[in-house]
Amino acid sequence: MAVAEEDIHVPIDRDVDVVTAREKGRELASRLGFSRTDLTLIATAISEVARNIVVYAGHGELVISPAQQGERCGIAILARDQGPGIPDIGKAMLDGFSTGKSLGLGLPGARRMMDEFEINSTVGAGTTVAMRKWVR
Amino acid sequence: MPVPILKQGAFLIACIQPGLSDHQLLMLEDHLSGEVERSRAEGVIIDVSALDVMDSFATRTLRSISQTTRLRGARTVVVGIQPDVAFAMIQLGLTMDDVSTALDLEEAIATLAAGRAKRHGRG
Repeated sequence: MAVAEEDIHVPIDRDVDVVTAREKGRELASRLGFSRTDLTLIATAISEVARNIVVYAGHGELVISPAQQGERCGIAILARDQGPGIPDIGKAMLDGFSTGKSLGLGLPGARRMMDEFEINSTVGAGTTVAMRKWVR
Repeated sequence: MPVPILKQGAFLIACIQPGLSDHQLLMLEDHLSGEVERSRAEGVIIDVSALDVMDSFATRTLRSISQTTRLRGARTVVVGIQPDVAFAMIQLGLTMDDVSTALDLEEAIATLAAGRAKRHGRG
């Protein structure tokens, strides 16, 4: 029987927290039975959304937890901040669009690496990114 | 935990350890550019075989190191990108078109040495 996994909360305030978040995410994903390739994809996606918090919002949090849907199991990653928000999400999701602090591949890249990706943002209130990936 | 830079003949070798923060990567960029100048290196090898993640920031920094050292007359070769990491980079949309890559240290040294022989032969 699988051991019940607790949600992992990782506060994101500095660049080193990005490393902590992706390491914790990789550890949980590994326990959940993801392949090596998927572990790298998950860790990279976490790195991108966590860095967005550091660069654009300054402070925020990642919640990494196991996900279950019928027979499927997977990993859920929630990234949230109370930063300035994204005025045009459509644009932010375009490859190569950046306000100048990055290559502009983080969000669209994370979406490609995960199975499910949802972003909500309110200018002045913050941004939430919810991503899930299922064990194949 | 700064990245140590070794000197091997006319080349500098930096081995990136896992868990490097953005700040430490930027320090490596600074450090390398100073070392290229100081030691008059003709080539820089960056070994990333220990990295299990290369995200957009790491890739951008490696590209920047390569471009900066090229302007200083040195070539950069990135060594040992792991297969899973390469796959994730493609998914992310990251390319290293303008950066030389090699499978291992030996191949990187051979590449740099060949380029060097060519340059010196012409001169």
